Amino acid sequence: MDVVMLSRMQFATATMFHFLFVPLTLGLSIMIAIMETRYARTGDKTYLSMTKFWGKIFLINFGLGIVTGITLEFQFGTNWSRYSAFVGDIFGSLLAIEATAAFFLESTLIGVWVFGWRKLSPKAHATVMWLIAGASTLSAVWIIIANSWMQHPVGYVLRNGRAELSDFSAVIFQKFAILQFFHTISAAYVVSAFFVMGVSAYHLLKKQSIQFFTSSFKIGLMFGLIFSILTAIEGDTHGVHVAEVQPAKLAAMEAHWETRTRAPLTLFAIPDEKNERNFIEIGSIPGLLSFLGYHDINAEVKGLKDFPREERPPVLIPFLSFRTMVGLGTLFILLAIIGWLRRNRLLESPLYLKVMVLSIPLPYIAIEAGWVLAEVGRQPWIVYGIMKTSDAVSPLASSQVLVSLAAFILIYGLLGIAGFYLIIKNATKNPVL
Amino acid sequence: MDLQGIWFFLWGLLWAIFFMTDGFDFGIGILYPFLGKNDFEKRIMINSVGPIWNGNEVWLITAGGVTFAAFPLAYSIMFSSLYSGLMFILFALILRGVAFEFRGKVDKKSWRNIWDICIFAGSLVPALLFGIIFANIFQGLPIDKAGVFQGSFFDLLNLYGLLGGLLFLLLFIFHGSLWLSIKTGDELHERAISNACRIWPLLLISAVLFLGASWFFTKLYNNYLANPILFLDILLTVAALFASRFFLKRKDLFKAWFSSSIIIAGSVFFGIIGLYPDIIPSGISPDFSVTAYNASSSPLTLKIMLVVVIIFIPAVIAYQAWTYNLFKGKVTEKDLSYDEAY
Repeated sequence: MDVVMLSRMQFATATMFHFLFVPLTLGLSIMIAIMETRYARTGDKTYLSMTKFWGKIFLINFGLGIVTGITLEFQFGTNWSRYSAFVGDIFGSLLAIEATAAFFLESTLIGVWVFGWRKLSPKAHATVMWLIAGASTLSAVWIIIANSWMQHPVGYVLRNGRAELSDFSAVIFQKFAILQFFHTISAAYVVSAFFVMGVSAYHLLKKQSIQFFTSSFKIGLMFGLIFSILTAIEGDTHGVHVAEVQPAKLAAMEAHWETRTRAPLTLFAIPDEKNERNFIEIGSIPGLLSFLGYHDINAEVKGLKDFPREERPPVLIPFLSFRTMVGLGTLFILLAIIGWLRRNRLLESPLYLKVMVLSIPLPYIAIEAGWVLAEVGRQPWIVYGIMKTSDAVSPLASSQVLVSLAAFILIYGLLGIAGFYLIIKNATKNPVL
Repeated sequence: MDLQGIWFFLWGLLWAIFFMTDGFDFGIGILYPFLGKNDFEKRIMINSVGPIWNGNEVWLITAGGVTFAAFPLAYSIMFSSLYSGLMFILFALILRGVAFEFRGKVDKKSWRNIWDICIFAGSLVPALLFGIIFANIFQGLPIDKAGVFQGSFFDLLNLYGLLGGLLFLLLFIFHGSLWLSIKTGDELHERAISNACRIWPLLLISAVLFLGASWFFTKLYNNYLANPILFLDILLTVAALFASRFFLKRKDLFKAWFSSSIIIAGSVFFGIIGLYPDIIPSGISPDFSVTAYNASSSPLTLKIMLVVVIIFIPAVIAYQAWTYNLFKGKVTEKDLSYDEAY
């Protein structure tokens, strides 16, 4: 295998593993801040216990998120040095701002939160968690601005053999970044919501600490309901923008080969990229693709055949990941609505509770599928329309990357097992009240 | 002073702050199996850095991020050339970070032993390798015209590189001992002090060797000879070295630790000042060197980043200092009784 393929696999491994922990940090930090604020305001010790219970899980998760994040900053330089030299003028600054504005605050305050219970008043201590939540969110803002620039480069000129910044506000306020941010952060909150609901459901099924977990479930439910709906709405808005600025990605994720108006949506397909068609197509809904992409049933949707072969993304992965994400996203809305309707009769809904326990992994699958879609759908570009991924790698020996890839898989695998074990251990423990 | 010059200095400063802060975390991790004679003492040691190690580590992320933002070509060449070394450091930092958090979560000796090894190795490897790496940068890397590294990881393990590794190792062990002596009482406190006293003469020798070796293996002194006032950095660093011993003997431990921070900063700047304007000198030809002038970002980016840094870095220093102050005082058994303590 060559350096490009191995480096891609390594980057995918590192980012997808990191992204197992980030969404929960983003959402759970806010939920814990809410719980702790309720404690600080009312003095009700149940809220303190909730803060500590979910906090313990949060810290295990947060720790893994931090260490796997260091990898990513290094990796742009280690494996994608040509990319780094080409885009550093813009991309590098965004990462540096993420570090100075967000990472510092997050990492400094986590120490205060963990160790400072006796040093700060309950209100001050709760404020610290709010700041941690804010800092994590700020970090997400900057990294998404950075990724959005890769998807839709703006505010730059090509000069001195590289991309150079010409308009900073164009980069940070661009529509793609705003839409991608709100869509991603909502999805992260859905992951957190279903985690909290699922763990709470587990305890409610065992009829353990009922008030505690009903309260926790309802906080999760509030997030789950609001953000599963928002994720879908923002997903649609973002999708329309992607149709406009990344038409090849739209074509790929729909396995859409022939340019036409009133384009149909195919529910399932297996693409035959060599022959520029699909082997199988199941379930074709006329006009739906035009409508989804352009909010106009008569809109023309470009097919993959309209793009030169070397500029087409792979088809199968974007196609499947898109459907996985949307299918699951729809399920989340349904489950949240059912939860809302049954929120005062949870103990009488054992089937629903069981489903919620089993649904904990589903938002993780959906959010990873979404990111896979975003990145694989952008191929063969590393910066859309400007630089190809294959031109971006570092001048390394493939043996070096093979060894580091193996090390990542091994170490991340072991850490993942240890972390998973600890999270389950703490999530299933009956809390001290 | 031009934009690139200012950024060159800031770049050096960020690395210096990283080594001044995470340096004592590394030191404590290295001393961990030696000074922590039982589980209680080990816990005291890691809880002495518990509230602050994570914030300290972010100086590395920032130093790396700023290298990327201000000198993208340098970031690109440095990180790809030093691939294997950086991967070792990365895995060490990952294991160290997770170990702090996971160690206390299962009440089994075998579980704790695994994470204890990770704390030790995860502190030793970065301390050593950063020293080796920076010494090699001071010396120059075999970078060709295309910016491609014409060497291997093992080429870094040359005499000067190893002297750099030794220096950093001793600096951080010394720094860590002093921190530990401030944060602990009883036997651990005494052991930390006597360890610092034992390490100091080794540190002195290592520093002298490194200063001397720099004369033969690098061109660092050229800048100093051209601008003799720059020798003040070396003088200040040596003064701090002797001051740390002076304060140590008088059990004025915070002043000793502070002096130790100055030694670290001074050592980093010894190299930074000597390197200017190179960031990565090329051992193959000076024409291929990566400099602050051929590797920098555009003036617009440098200006924007300057504003960002002027706003945020003082703020970060302020709230990190606040954190250090919040947790001042010795780590006691009471501190270990928290659920969340390490």
